[in-house]
Amino acid sequence: MATHVLGDSAVMLGRSIKHVSRSLDTIITVTIMPIAFLLLFRYVFGGAIQTGSSNYTNYLMPGVLLIAIASGISYTGFRLFNDMRSGIFERFHSMPIARSSVLWGHVLTSMVANAISVVVILLAGLGIGFRTSAGVLAWLAVAGVLAVFTLALTWLAIVAGLSASTPDGASAFSYPLIFLPFISSAFVPTETMPGPVRAFAENQPVTAIVNSIRALFDQQPVGNDIWTALAWCAGILIIAYAVAMAAYRRKIA
Amino acid sequence: MPTTSPAIRVSGLRKSYQQLAVLKGVDFEVARGSIFALLGSNGAGKTTVVRILSTLLKPDGGTASVHGFDVGSEPLRVRESISLTGQFAAVDEILTGRENLVMVGRLRRVGNARDVADELLARFGLADAGGRRVGTYSGGMRRRLDIAMSLIGDPPVIFLDEPTTGLDPEGRIEVWNEIQKLAGGGTTVLLTTQHLEEAEKLADRIAILHEGAIIVSGTLTDLRKLLPPAKVEYVERLPTLEEVFLSVIGKRA
Repeated sequence: MATHVLGDSAVMLGRSIKHVSRSLDTIITVTIMPIAFLLLFRYVFGGAIQTGSSNYTNYLMPGVLLIAIASGISYTGFRLFNDMRSGIFERFHSMPIARSSVLWGHVLTSMVANAISVVVILLAGLGIGFRTSAGVLAWLAVAGVLAVFTLALTWLAIVAGLSASTPDGASAFSYPLIFLPFISSAFVPTETMPGPVRAFAENQPVTAIVNSIRALFDQQPVGNDIWTALAWCAGILIIAYAVAMAAYRRKIA
Repeated sequence: MPTTSPAIRVSGLRKSYQQLAVLKGVDFEVARGSIFALLGSNGAGKTTVVRILSTLLKPDGGTASVHGFDVGSEPLRVRESISLTGQFAAVDEILTGRENLVMVGRLRRVGNARDVADELLARFGLADAGGRRVGTYSGGMRRRLDIAMSLIGDPPVIFLDEPTTGLDPEGRIEVWNEIQKLAGGGTTVLLTTQHLEEAEKLADRIAILHEGAIIVSGTLTDLRKLLPPAKVEYVERLPTLEEVFLSVIGKRA
């Protein structure tokens, strides 16, 4: 069965990658919107924001990447919901395939599509002054943190896709996630925020993730931030996966 | 497993949704290579029977076997032996017709998925439409593609859940012809329908599912015997509207 899981997941991946590449609004939202944020903060707000670092594009890049991923995974929930509603989910489940490949196809698609949009946004960032001295190891660490973050949010999207009753519900769960970087260290230093807001900002996952990616790009020591970031992602991943599996079993019972 | 054993055997099948008993002890057998019609009104439980037989739903009680395999203990063997088409099985609207067929071919591990796809497109009159997205297909084309997808891998048993619902008379006749060809080739077909005419035209045996149980079952001749013998009367037979429709648009039933 193990080879079936891989082969079948590859077929499912190919299928939903076609869904991604054939829907223009997915591509626009997932790459153009974060690039617009990049330009907005770089050229409109950036001049008034004091971060203590000389290159504001470098400062804001990690947060923009997280926003891109959070909006990217909402389409994963939407695509899964459509599969459930249209009946193709049932067709797959009545076929002699590894059933888990139906969900894994969506998860892999999310990983690939988000990786592509991250690369596109980084390239756009280079065009407006993003610079990094990161070496191979630091890049690998950034890729790893972003991958774990994407995987954790993707399983959250799977929960939404499996349990939503409307297409809006299957994607609306991501709105708070897209908003979360704004109340973090992603765009402004948390020290400028009033007490309770600052306490929230400093203790939510985005701040730890943003700080570790920023440190990796700048060749600075990451300290404990990276472990806090990974712990958050792993925690969200484990819980989301467990809830998704429970929702899945309810659906196919 | 002797080859003379029935292709489908259902005994004492029960299923409830919360308080609502949908199946209250359903029994029937379907001979190999025959067309069996499960007839019933909306909500009679036809789809529930098909979902149990295609391993999408677990029964509360009773047993069901397909192609000699028990749906509860050997679901994968059952899935290798069947295809599900119709009301609740879908085609992928974003992919083209050819891509849908190739996808199923790969999942069913036929060696030459592309050749199989082209052959089926030609056979179902979809050769010209094969490169178009299924979203642009008419209802009849979609249903033919749906049936074509079910034939890949030559499963010995095919479930057709209301295969002609929503089709115009021409589309319905095309689907009927394909179903007859299937049974002619030795495939066992379980068909659910609420169109009495469809059962009359296609089925070797007919069972009427009513309020959760099979109330009568047999050949059309058997069922006719349930009514008092026909009286001979001479009446002028007017053409049916369907005959008029098909004649004016230049097709024959």
